[in-house]
Amino acid sequence: MATLFDKIWNAHAVGQRADGRWLVYVDRHVIHDLHAPHAFSKLRKTGRAVRRPDLTVAVTDHMVSTSAGRTDTTIPGSAPFLAQTRAGAAEFGIHLLGTDSAMQGIVHVISPELAIALPGSTVACPDSHACTVGGIGALGLATGTTEVVHVLATQTIAWNKPRQMRITLNGTLAPDVTAKDLILFVIGHWGSDMARGHAVEFAGPVVRALPVEGRMTLCNMVTELGGRTGLIAPDHSVTDWLRGRACAPQGAHWDAAAADWSSLCSDDDAVFDRDLSVDCTALEPHITWGTDPAHVVGLSGLIPDPRHAPAGLQDDLHRALDYMKLQPGQPIAGTPIDRVFIGSCTNARLSDLQAAAGVVAGQHVAATVRASVVPGSTTVRREAEALGLHRVFIDAGFEWGEAGCSMCAGVNGEEGAPGQRIVSTTNRNFAGRQGPGVMTHLASPATAAAAAIAGRIVNRRGTQ
Amino acid sequence: MQRFLRLHAPAALLDRDNIDTDQILPAAFMRGISPDYAAGLFGLWRRDPAFVLNRPGWTNAAILVSGTNFGCGSTREHACWALEEFGIRVLIAGSFGEVFRDNCVRNGILPIIAAPEALETLRQLLRSSASPVQLDVDLPAQRVTAPDFTMDFTCPPADKIALLEGLDEIGMTLLNATALSQWEAQERDRRPWRQSLEMPE
Repeated sequence: MATLFDKIWNAHAVGQRADGRWLVYVDRHVIHDLHAPHAFSKLRKTGRAVRRPDLTVAVTDHMVSTSAGRTDTTIPGSAPFLAQTRAGAAEFGIHLLGTDSAMQGIVHVISPELAIALPGSTVACPDSHACTVGGIGALGLATGTTEVVHVLATQTIAWNKPRQMRITLNGTLAPDVTAKDLILFVIGHWGSDMARGHAVEFAGPVVRALPVEGRMTLCNMVTELGGRTGLIAPDHSVTDWLRGRACAPQGAHWDAAAADWSSLCSDDDAVFDRDLSVDCTALEPHITWGTDPAHVVGLSGLIPDPRHAPAGLQDDLHRALDYMKLQPGQPIAGTPIDRVFIGSCTNARLSDLQAAAGVVAGQHVAATVRASVVPGSTTVRREAEALGLHRVFIDAGFEWGEAGCSMCAGVNGEEGAPGQRIVSTTNRNFAGRQGPGVMTHLASPATAAAAAIAGRIVNRRGTQ
Repeated sequence: MQRFLRLHAPAALLDRDNIDTDQILPAAFMRGISPDYAAGLFGLWRRDPAFVLNRPGWTNAAILVSGTNFGCGSTREHACWALEEFGIRVLIAGSFGEVFRDNCVRNGILPIIAAPEALETLRQLLRSSASPVQLDVDLPAQRVTAPDFTMDFTCPPADKIALLEGLDEIGMTLLNATALSQWEAQERDRRPWRQSLEMPE
């Protein structure tokens, strides 16, 4: 009666430490340029060695410029981060995927794309969206910087086993409803704190029908549900998706691995601490209106009125409405926008760019809007260009960038100007997240693309 | 890391829920390789002269009291470095972002989860006081006190030991080094594809 999480946990629990925490083995450690310099410097200070440099990968994504023709010094403030990541990787013998690598990209996009992450494996990463790899049945372990040093030195994380939750998504999705709409709906429905202390497994017919890349979008935002990690049981579509990828096991190892993955599911009699379900058949595309990922509304919906909310929430809603310069009771569709950003570990895989390109093809971005596409990885960029998607975007007036985190994290200085309203395919709409005074609406690539063309938030169902 | 035993210091109230790490340390203040993190603590909010940490008497607050879900969002440990460099040693909230909470302990900051009633009483106490309220935080006794206020709290034993001793976690883990090496050797037989990573050139 084991859950999928139990099975992965049991296969990685090395032993219990003196303080009672479990040491969980890390199969793959993928670090990035925002944390690597600090971690390397702490490692030197304490005189520790990297236990398994052969299982460790460093990538530059948060700090890199995403403008065409970039180098490590295009953004002067980022240059020391990139130089120190490069130097540390060389010093400690760690694989580096830098801007000069054809495999560079956002850590959560490249980990599955290169088959660094594998079903049933544990993948530690110093970033809250480490849970993205749950889409292929890998257990993402988000860490802080001090913990990175711990993983580098010991190849384990020290963890108390979390509680477990299953969210079963029933029904069938309408054709215009994507994994992004689904996870926004789930967060709006249950709140951005609902999965605190839990590992979350998504299950049910809607999940089984989702393409592999959509499953990653779904698991990506488990952190916005407050959860520590998210998982989906891998099936044949995952095995097919992984076969032949850069770091995938070869030959007999592949056969043994694929056989091993077939047991990765929760047993029929598995018991979860919380077991929830919701029907998704009537869902429409969703978007956020406020400053919390749970501030979600359907595209045909109205901006909520705090007077109708429970007393304890009214202040938060008023604050969010003030920040977002929105009037309660008005339709969200029709809200004029200034920018569109299509990118991030949530929605910058090839299928996301295809969905956006399908909406913009043959049309042009509104005169009042600046719009950009930043592919999730250099591989995605190359594949999109091979399909001619870059021409679709450029002809429509979009900027076409190099791979990186860019305006999602904003730590490299790529951000909006105060007062700008952005429809963004990213994962966080916190006040100031995309720059001081910037108002962010989270949505799917198709919804973002439609907004870029119209110059306002569009309910595509209403216009068709 | 700094040890934590007891603290008697002014407390500042951040009277809302869901304060995310983008508010605690906005991205603009973490761009340098070793910036002044203390200057970036609540960097955007501190532009307002009326913000609590700008008010006379509260500029040396070492305790923050807030609502639920404090430290949600990005796992940037830099947010804890900003708190620590500013001089904040104790956080009292209804709940915390999980990685953020762990990061606090690793940086010698005591995160205290308060029960709803006790937290509301404490928030009311701070809300209604025109001058800073001094709180006494005693980790060995697991108790927060002020004149006319007492609150006991729980602290996971592992965190309590780490904070009291200022422990090096890596040293503690490597006490299990033999088990770790054995596990790796067995795993190489069980699932060799996980014990190697072939990166194409």
